[in-house]
Amino acid sequence: MATTTPTIAAPRSPHRSSRTSWEMYGWIFMRASGALLLVLIFTHLIVNLVMGGGVSQIDFGFVAGKLAKPVWQVWDLLLLWLAMIHGTNGLRVIINDYATRTGTRLVLKSALVLAFTVVVVLGTLVIFTFDPCPVGAPADLLPSFCTAG
Amino acid sequence: MPEAPAGTLYRGREGMWSWVAHRVTGFLIFFFLLVHVLDTSLVRVSPEAYNAVIGTYKNPIMGLGEAGLVAAVVFHALNGVRIMLVDFWAKGVRYQRVMLWVVVGVFVVLMAGFLPVHLSHVFGGE
Repeated sequence: MATTTPTIAAPRSPHRSSRTSWEMYGWIFMRASGALLLVLIFTHLIVNLVMGGGVSQIDFGFVAGKLAKPVWQVWDLLLLWLAMIHGTNGLRVIINDYATRTGTRLVLKSALVLAFTVVVVLGTLVIFTFDPCPVGAPADLLPSFCTAG
Repeated sequence: MPEAPAGTLYRGREGMWSWVAHRVTGFLIFFFLLVHVLDTSLVRVSPEAYNAVIGTYKNPIMGLGEAGLVAAVVFHALNGVRIMLVDFWAKGVRYQRVMLWVVVGVFVVLMAGFLPVHLSHVFGGE
């Protein structure tokens, strides 16, 4: 038991942070994107894994048939960007919590930014440049509308 | 062993374990997402390349992995709703523990609906 009462400095003027509230925007983004992702991903899972032949139906013809439609292009683009930003921010928080050394944090976050950039750029390019009926591909692998008059 | 201070929200009970599970499932889903975008990008290479890689996924081990992945996504989504209710609903903090058991209940119902359908696709052949 302490025998003396610790002296506590008198309160000063309120602490004013010079930082912008990025952490607060991140906190809000996780909740807003999470709500959207719930709808986007549950629909994605129902259409791809439950309806029709489920996971066994997935091949080029199935994916190309979906990605030929503007609705699914927008859907998948939103999924890609929101999920990657949501997940990358989540990983950033995890790195901050468990990587105590500055150097370790720098390496892990650099790898995270690299993974984010590669996956988002690649995925976006695929959605915008995808051709559901590539020339010279075997017709039996393509969605049916490629060969229909 | 020092005891946890009384009156805290999240120490060693449902609140903490839901936080751990949220973190673990989020971590797993992120790494799946990286692979998922990379393999789906093969549709831009050729139909043969995409079908060849997806073909290697069509076996019972990957099928069970997909079931586990869906379980992780469903838990993360439902617990995410619980987190939003804790943050934005006036009574959310008071009911956070009850809401975790609601999350577990809805999770069991959704997985009970999904697993028979998915496993019949995985094990039932084409």
